[in-house]
Amino acid sequence: MDALDRAIVNRLQDGFPLCERPYAAVAAELGCGEDELLARLDDLLDTRILSRFGPMYHAERLGGGLCLVAMKIPPTDFERVAALVNALPEVAHNYEREHVFNMWFVLATETPQGLGDALARIEHDTGYPTYAMPKLREFFVELKLRA
Amino acid sequence: METGSLDALDRRILLATQRGLPLVARPYHAVAERVDASAEEVMARMQRMLDAGIIRRIGAVPNHYALGYTANGMTVWDVADDRVLALGSAVGEIEAVSHCYLRPRRLPEWPYNLFAMVHGHDRAEVEQKARQIAELLGDACSAHTILYSTRILKKTGLRFA
Repeated sequence: MDALDRAIVNRLQDGFPLCERPYAAVAAELGCGEDELLARLDDLLDTRILSRFGPMYHAERLGGGLCLVAMKIPPTDFERVAALVNALPEVAHNYEREHVFNMWFVLATETPQGLGDALARIEHDTGYPTYAMPKLREFFVELKLRA
Repeated sequence: METGSLDALDRRILLATQRGLPLVARPYHAVAERVDASAEEVMARMQRMLDAGIIRRIGAVPNHYALGYTANGMTVWDVADDRVLALGSAVGEIEAVSHCYLRPRRLPEWPYNLFAMVHGHDRAEVEQKARQIAELLGDACSAHTILYSTRILKKTGLRFA
């Protein structure tokens, strides 16, 4: 990544304009051309430096269910359980973490009621209890991951 | 604004953009063609969804690892219930914190109610930021730990059908 790539990553984390030529508007701010910005953005997405670009929708405000879930899986059974959990389309992301609670995933369902069904299915399929930790309050944070 | 006020056009816009905004000079015109509306209407609808918080933001999601933030620590804190709301807001303002949430404890195994994601270039950096959080929480916090991610098992993001 060169200086322009970094400037693009930093600038594009928020506030992409809603106007006819938004890439041209951002390119003008960054001092490059519209075509150059589009080509760079395409590369940043291709090389997975950016995992996506576009509007981020707020699941709960769309009426869906969203919940962080933790599980404690014996290391010898971890891969089997990870495959079962990942197979559910409701599992949006899943991380292995260093702790007794070693599996942490986010469930996203079409309705809030769907969360209970998904948790029951995971417990049934894997044979281990789930620990649901829904967010009770979100504290405002600015995006500040600097490239 | 609840889902009830998302009409068929809002929903088509959501489906057409949730995987990303087209990389063309006039992206909202490209979306408009796919959802059978004018570009002006698409922009107005997206502005309304932004104002209502249905769209959190329009922008890029960087891959932490690719940017060199290879230490990804979920710091978790047991904070007194009567002080956690004020302290949570203060923790969210710390530079290295990317997300900060109040969640239920799952006693007796899980005593932590405040979660703050901290990204650093290495674990020492995460630990230094965690000390900053610990200082801020002071005697309102009785226990804390850091859970480092060792592997991404799945990352598809949210998808609506």
